[in-house]
Amino acid sequence: MDWDWQYSGDILPDLLDGLRYTVIATLAGYVIALVLGLVWTLLRRSPSRVFNQAIRWITEFIRSTPLIPQLYFVFFVLPAWGITIGSLTAGIITLGVHYSTYTAEVYRAGIADVPKGQWEACTALNLPRSRVWLDVVLPQAIRRVIPTLGNYLIAMFKDSPMLLAINVAELLFSAYQVGAKSLQFLEPITMVGLLFVVVSVISSILVRRLERRYATN
Amino acid sequence: MGDVLDGYNQWLDGAWLTFRLTLLGGALALVLALVFGLAGTSRRAWVRGLNRVYVEFFRGNATLVLLFWFFYALPLIGLRFSTMFAAVLALGLNIGAYGAEVVRGSIKAVPRAQYEATVALNFTPYQRMRRVLLPQGFALMLPPFGNLIIELMKGTAIVSLVGLVDLTRVSKNIQGSTGQTVAAFTVVLVLYFVIAQVLQLAVRYAERRVDRMLGRRLPSEPSLGTIAAGAPGTGVSG
Amino acid sequence: MPPIDPAAGSPGGVGGRPPSENTDPAAEDAPKAPADAAGVSTEKGGAPEAALPRGEAPGIRFEKVVKRFGHNVVLRELDFSVAPGERVTLIGPSGSGKTTILRLLMTLEKLDDGLIWIGDETLWHMERGGKRVPAGQKHLHEMRKQVGMVFQQFNLFPNMNVLRNLTEGPVRVLGLSRDEAVERARGLLDMVGLADKENAHPTQLSGGQQQRVAIARALAMQPRVLLLDEVTSALDPELVVGVQDLLRDIARQSDITLLCVTHEMTFAKDISDRVLMFDQGQIVEEGPPEQIFGEPSEQRTRDFLQAVLAT
Repeated sequence: MDWDWQYSGDILPDLLDGLRYTVIATLAGYVIALVLGLVWTLLRRSPSRVFNQAIRWITEFIRSTPLIPQLYFVFFVLPAWGITIGSLTAGIITLGVHYSTYTAEVYRAGIADVPKGQWEACTALNLPRSRVWLDVVLPQAIRRVIPTLGNYLIAMFKDSPMLLAINVAELLFSAYQVGAKSLQFLEPITMVGLLFVVVSVISSILVRRLERRYATN
Repeated sequence: MGDVLDGYNQWLDGAWLTFRLTLLGGALALVLALVFGLAGTSRRAWVRGLNRVYVEFFRGNATLVLLFWFFYALPLIGLRFSTMFAAVLALGLNIGAYGAEVVRGSIKAVPRAQYEATVALNFTPYQRMRRVLLPQGFALMLPPFGNLIIELMKGTAIVSLVGLVDLTRVSKNIQGSTGQTVAAFTVVLVLYFVIAQVLQLAVRYAERRVDRMLGRRLPSEPSLGTIAAGAPGTGVSG
Repeated sequence: MPPIDPAAGSPGGVGGRPPSENTDPAAEDAPKAPADAAGVSTEKGGAPEAALPRGEAPGIRFEKVVKRFGHNVVLRELDFSVAPGERVTLIGPSGSGKTTILRLLMTLEKLDDGLIWIGDETLWHMERGGKRVPAGQKHLHEMRKQVGMVFQQFNLFPNMNVLRNLTEGPVRVLGLSRDEAVERARGLLDMVGLADKENAHPTQLSGGQQQRVAIARALAMQPRVLLLDEVTSALDPELVVGVQDLLRDIARQSDITLLCVTHEMTFAKDISDRVLMFDQGQIVEEGPPEQIFGEPSEQRTRDFLQAVLAT
């Protein structure tokens, strides 16, 4: 079978439509991941040991279980508890919460990376705790972790096709549907694959640039 | 809950498939990681080029897209594999690309002085790699490899979308037959968690052994570089 | 080649080892090796000193050698030669190119121009069709057989224990059997006073012990030329003496060609036949140690020696 250029052109609008959902899910999920990840990190610094360990195991649990059963859980279980959400919303929430456990680790390592002398200087200056975090520690930590966080944006983009498990009409789902209609799968799926490679390569070049810009050593 | 657990035979079969996929995919990924990772340390530009093409293509792609490609698209041009083979191929090629970056970065991270000592002892290039650089690089590879094997295990869930009956598929089936949504999806997540913990213990054990061999001490918490090894665009050295 | 006389060693031997240990029955039973490829010496008594490499040591000659790092010319048309079996110490301020000379001889740096002779062969060039062409990997491998090097930072392999560090090269590169290599390694460990450390891990040893192992490792390859690159600079002061005593013994009891870069002037005085003072990739002054350290004729040498003695 040969590559059908005519067909490739015809299905492009469908694919772009799917790409829209992919981008929405990735970006919205990323916002959740960035914010919730910071929440996890700060919760883990609470003085209660029991609470710390509980948070640790919750995040460990979310991080080490696959996205697809998590999607099922959110999409099918929440309605059973009386919370009805659409599949896109469920996808965004799951993706965001899943990756928040990764960003939490990144923040933790970033904070641990802030030299001890910085904390000691804050103590010496008698800064209030909120100032220490907002003015000294977080700005330095976030600077260090920006490239790694950028990597997780790409990772989320590449995990977004799994949302088709709960029928989110994202890119791969669209490709599959147009393929199923005409029984010509080669063009749509190859096109999606190439699109992923192109986006990933370009974005990892951007991330590498970020790395150089924010390089601390 | 009782109905859900009554299907323990299905759970076991599903877990066995998940385990097999993890093992086979991991074996393929390890081989690819070593071959293409070592290619990335070559002095010849074209060999390094091979490494770049492989890594960028398969790391840049989503595993699920790869799987669909092998499963739906390639048979149309006459390339037909069993579903199992397509799944192992997709998982192995994808994780192998991350692994290749880990291998390349770890070998580059072995101090140059060690390389110089091998030259002074007149080792051949193969012996330098085999006897000194690879064994020492291996210690650096283990923690990120540990991350990758867990990512691979999680990745196996995609096979449920092309008809293989792994743990995820079993949970969906049992939810369908018993109607116990909460129980079915809770059980499957717990099972995955247990598998992940077992894998993690195995990796920790290997790390401790290698570190004892090299007379090093483990850092208590993973560094930024180790965490990043599971994400695209990163090697060990960055 | 003069026979090595165990009695010529320092009275206590190296590391104050008891004389009874000098008798190693295993060495006596070992088969006689051909003279030019002599392994662990099989002289009667099997004295550890006899573990030293023996055979014709080649001379070394640099001919208009040029080495650049980017725009920085480290060696500019350098000419000098070292006689077979001669012990030469290179001194001079940092950046004067002395370490680069050792690294060129060990093929750790590439030559930019000129010729380096080891014996009557060129290190970086080989004959092909009557013409001199850049050396291939094979030629370099052959040439490196004659040269050994001890590094400032020891560079022991952390993935091997002490014994393995000493046997890996002889087994893999020289093709010795495991037993022969172990025997040779034990003889050398005995000589450097670390016979009881063969199963230790490099990180369990002090810096001085690590450096003694590194010296033994270099000698296990039976080099005819030994390069010592600031071998005591990374050691704590109290450990320096042990390593220096060992090297003095080796220099006294072997006929190896020795090139040594060091900042320890007393040690340089003891060990060397000749001292070369370098500055900016050129030899400023050379002569026997008494002359260079006693009555240097060049101002730059005097300045340098004064600066070194001040620290």
